[in-house]
Amino acid sequence: MTMFSVRNLSLRFGGVQAIADLSFEVAQGEVFAIIGPNGAGKTSVLNVITRVFDPSAGSVHFEGRDITQLARHRVVNAGIARTFQNIELFEGGTVLENLLLGRHRFSHGNFFAQWLWTPGVRAAEAASQAAVEQVIELLDLAPHRKSPVAGLPYGVRKVVELARALAARPRLLLLDEPSSGLNPEETRDLAFWIDDIQNDLGVTVIMVEHDMSLVSEAADRVLCMNLGQRLALGTPAEVQSNPAVIAAYLGA
Amino acid sequence: MTTVIQLTINGMAIGAIYALVALGLVLTYKATEVLNFIHGDLLMASSFIGWGLIVVLKWPFWLAVLATVAIAMVFSWVLDARVMRLIVGQPQFAGVMLTIGIAFTLRGLVSMSFGPESRNYPTPWTNQKTQLGGVVIADLSLVIVATALLVTLALFWFLRRTTLGVAIQAASQNQLAAFLSGIRVKRLTSLVWALTGGIAALCGLLLAPTALVDISLWFVMIKALAAVVLGGFGSIPGAILGGLLLGVIEQFAGVYLPDGYKDAVAYLVLIGVLVLWPRGLLGDAHGRRV
Amino acid sequence: MRFDYDTSYRDGQALLRYGSGRAAYAVLALLLLAAPWALGKYYVGEMTYLFIMCIGSLGLMVLKGYTGQVSLGHSAFLALGAYAHAWMLGKGLPFALSIPVAMGFTALIGLVIGLPAIRVSGLYLAMVTLAFAILTEHVIGHWDAVTGGFNGMSVANPVVFGFDLSGLRPFYYLCLGLLTLVLLGLVNLMRSQTGRAFRGVRDSEAAAYGLGIWVSGYKVLAFVISAGVSGLAGALLAHHVRYLTPEGFGLFLALELVLMVTIGGLGSLRGAIFGAVLIGMLPVFISRIKPMLPEQVSKQFGLEIFVFGLILVLFVLFEPKGINGRWIKLKTFFQTFPLYRKDLFKRGKTYMKSERYK
Repeated sequence: MTMFSVRNLSLRFGGVQAIADLSFEVAQGEVFAIIGPNGAGKTSVLNVITRVFDPSAGSVHFEGRDITQLARHRVVNAGIARTFQNIELFEGGTVLENLLLGRHRFSHGNFFAQWLWTPGVRAAEAASQAAVEQVIELLDLAPHRKSPVAGLPYGVRKVVELARALAARPRLLLLDEPSSGLNPEETRDLAFWIDDIQNDLGVTVIMVEHDMSLVSEAADRVLCMNLGQRLALGTPAEVQSNPAVIAAYLGA
Repeated sequence: MTTVIQLTINGMAIGAIYALVALGLVLTYKATEVLNFIHGDLLMASSFIGWGLIVVLKWPFWLAVLATVAIAMVFSWVLDARVMRLIVGQPQFAGVMLTIGIAFTLRGLVSMSFGPESRNYPTPWTNQKTQLGGVVIADLSLVIVATALLVTLALFWFLRRTTLGVAIQAASQNQLAAFLSGIRVKRLTSLVWALTGGIAALCGLLLAPTALVDISLWFVMIKALAAVVLGGFGSIPGAILGGLLLGVIEQFAGVYLPDGYKDAVAYLVLIGVLVLWPRGLLGDAHGRRV
Repeated sequence: MRFDYDTSYRDGQALLRYGSGRAAYAVLALLLLAAPWALGKYYVGEMTYLFIMCIGSLGLMVLKGYTGQVSLGHSAFLALGAYAHAWMLGKGLPFALSIPVAMGFTALIGLVIGLPAIRVSGLYLAMVTLAFAILTEHVIGHWDAVTGGFNGMSVANPVVFGFDLSGLRPFYYLCLGLLTLVLLGLVNLMRSQTGRAFRGVRDSEAAAYGLGIWVSGYKVLAFVISAGVSGLAGALLAHHVRYLTPEGFGLFLALELVLMVTIGGLGSLRGAIFGAVLIGMLPVFISRIKPMLPEQVSKQFGLEIFVFGLILVLFVLFEPKGINGRWIKLKTFFQTFPLYRKDLFKRGKTYMKSERYK
């Protein structure tokens, strides 16, 4: 069942055509990878979906709804969360505070109650913390729970960002180069976690990736982009053996 | 009609000072992304030093000017090499706070050393005026305008046409990359600070005869900020244009707007431009890639 | 050594988790309540001034420390609060009504400033707020009919339910009480969803948007709260000085507030208090040491500015996290004794990266 689709999407920055007439669909519960050389427009696609940019043409649909013109801060409410290519953590906080912010879209008591720290606010905070603990357990972040994010190693920071996105209880998760900067062991853990996210949490995943082994292992279908256009779409095996893809990206 | 021309000329004369001060601000900003709050107080301190050399030690004017500019340049170089360098890599706000702190220290020192009275000193152009086709201009104003133009041209040529200048621009965009490319970033930054210090000294020495050698001289920096914003942050020709325009706007506001607006108009311009037109007239746009 | 053994979420939420903390604050409360009876008139007045400055500092901290919006012109909000309050008192409005109305007025101005401030950030916002402060001083000075211009405006006494609170001790308790209320309210707000959202806006707008935080809305909200709290400080300051002049609310006050917030430690309410106490006490301290220095009377103004500048420079260079940072380091030292690691808080080596072209 198609949960998410991009139709005839185009994006221009002045003279640069970042995305050119791109269309693809993602089924519910699948892991969909987007690969391609640098500058192919992969992150731009994620940025358009999460409304960082307005597309010049085309539309984005999620769960039957046109979300092309959605306000940027309403995207997560619609059920879509993301991670960033350059980690965008809240450097001033601890891991727990970052994850609690992931829960922002859920109610935590109204504004005036917060000044007074009413029992309702207290209960909402406790509920959020309980929800966040589930994510911490899933991603093995317990030892770092109260550590300031700024001092953590790169691999852990990436996981925290993933955890934060999951804390928002999305139905669609966008991952921007999740394995960049991770060593093989961490990448293997990541593959297992994506598997858990797909099977245990029932979350659909779209990920931009360069690590082909991760793509082969975790992805159900792959889209290869080049110069903003669709080059190939199919299973990992199909795409990796596609001659055009090999010429443009993978190398002979 | 002559009033309009007279007003414009007066405006440009005052504007030239704003432009020169603004130039110093833009220069430091371009090189280090720090808004240099010391600029105004260095300007003020230089005027006091000039006074000391001309009136107390009775040095000839040109010698005093050269000496003051040299002192300011050395001071700025050392300031960067020893103090500003310590906060490299910290967010912009830290730099602003540091310069505010140093500015206060300087102001306090000058106030303690010289006392609160205003002073003055003679220049070769004091009390001399020229007539240009029905309009009267003070000679000193002409000198200011000429200096502003000369300094601008020199800087423009330096930053665009010499390797050193391009290196300075590179260092301002990405220090690490510049360093790895063989650019001696620390030395260049100190050089830029020295240049700014020299410009501040010039401004102070040229402004003081009109505005008096007084602690409050530092305040011209705030007006220069409005000029920088008007012209577009990070643009040297913008600073000049902004300064001249601001001077003219002030003159016209003084005549055509109700009482009291003349002093406020610079700040209204600053706020207005930043809110409606952040790029200013000649500024560059910038955003953040995620 | 102390370890956090939380057994319930409520444990983690408690403000004063340990007996030592509770005892310390109890002692502090007792000292503050007893002070007017133990100290001389001068010091009671000084402490009242400190309480008022604490409120102002807290106001700016919400905006700068928690939401990351620079304001070099917060004196304007104090001025607006002070003049609005004094004007309403002059028109016969009761004190208990005039204070909230003055706060509402400054909060409204905060809204007006906050809305365009969304489009402007960092350095530019600093300049806009600076210009705003200068403009406000200018407008107050020239709008003679309402504000008395440069000649000033006198302030009526605070009278609540028939009690005249202008006396030294009643006013002290009034300020202390209001400070406590503001502090508790802000502590609660900052540990709730709103406070977290503010910090999110400060640390990464991109991530904040992605998590459903309406960044523009929260920026404006921060301005409104900050302005309202500062308005309260201004209104109380009006009673403290009893005679308002525009110079009292100029650029120097604005920079004092920024110093308080920066030196105190950005991002913590405790820091705001520390900063306010240090900067508020500085003029007193300086006048104490002046007789010991071989300077003449004419140099007095220079010395104060000089010391301000020097302190700011020293803190920016050597303790960028402010007094609060030092406090946390000391506390950690004692809590992890004897296993404190010397480089626990060491800053990594960093290079300047342009904030324009990221």
